[in-house]
Amino acid sequence: MHISDGILNIEWCALWFIVAIPFIVLGAKKVIELVREHPDQKMTVALAGAFIFLLSSLKLPSVNGSSSHPTGTGFSAVIYGVSVTAFLATIVLIFQAILLAHGGISTLGANVVSMGIAGPLVGFLLWRVMIKGGMSFPISLAVAAFFADIVTYVVTSFEMALNAGFEYLGNYLSVFAITQIPLGIMEAILFFMFGTYLVSNRPDIFELAAGKDEGDDKDESEGVTA
Amino acid sequence: MNKNTKIYIGGFAVIAVIVIITLYYGATQGFEFGGTDDAAGEIAPSSGWFSGIWGDYELPGETESMLFALQAAIGAVIIGYFIGRYTVKKQ
Repeated sequence: MHISDGILNIEWCALWFIVAIPFIVLGAKKVIELVREHPDQKMTVALAGAFIFLLSSLKLPSVNGSSSHPTGTGFSAVIYGVSVTAFLATIVLIFQAILLAHGGISTLGANVVSMGIAGPLVGFLLWRVMIKGGMSFPISLAVAAFFADIVTYVVTSFEMALNAGFEYLGNYLSVFAITQIPLGIMEAILFFMFGTYLVSNRPDIFELAAGKDEGDDKDESEGVTA
Repeated sequence: MNKNTKIYIGGFAVIAVIVIITLYYGATQGFEFGGTDDAAGEIAPSSGWFSGIWGDYELPGETESMLFALQAAIGAVIIGYFIGRYTVKKQ
């Protein structure tokens, strides 16, 4: 799903980097702070990163015969918020760009914006709305993961259409977003199962995430100490 | 069988069915596993000002699969460790 080197013009590469960098820096700071002040959170941060690693490496077949992959950012987004997810997604994207020639270095900014920021942001907002609406943790997580995945691809299509011209938007959307729906459903089921596991084995993780009601920073400390 | 076990079995069954259906559909249509990246790259002309640190060199298919598998393995090991650890702890 990642945009490869050479597809975006240099101005767009630069612009997306400018958008992405503040999130990445903030996320890196948050992760360092979190690990330093709450060593018990190390495992959960690693877990959030591991989901992105695992799911974004699974190139699965998709409806029109091409392949694309899930993003796995839903869990990280609901537990730690958008900036941490942006940071974790950046690590994965660098790994893929350098070792796998999948995605690219010049387009890293654009890929971080779609996979690490836009998708997780929508997932995170939906999570909050659903939790407030009294939905169960596994269902909210599954819905957040589904939309984080789909929005990532929709935003990627927009990024490419902005670069190439809007007459291509439909083509990009049909290649990226439509093929992504079965994958999104699979990802949602997977996260629903993991959510079920967490509810019965580590409910504290969800309580931490659901407790984030007012302002990000304040709740984080509240949630962790709770 | 408790409720959670049913959810896990059901979930994996549904995922397997979706994978099989999409694979089957793809095979009947004669599509290749090109990847959406390649498909999207061909839609509009690109400027091609930078062709990546690898240039035009393409990794051999086996190496690429190996590296993707490695990436998946790193993720799976951590998730497996987490699930194993807390399942044991609870018992």
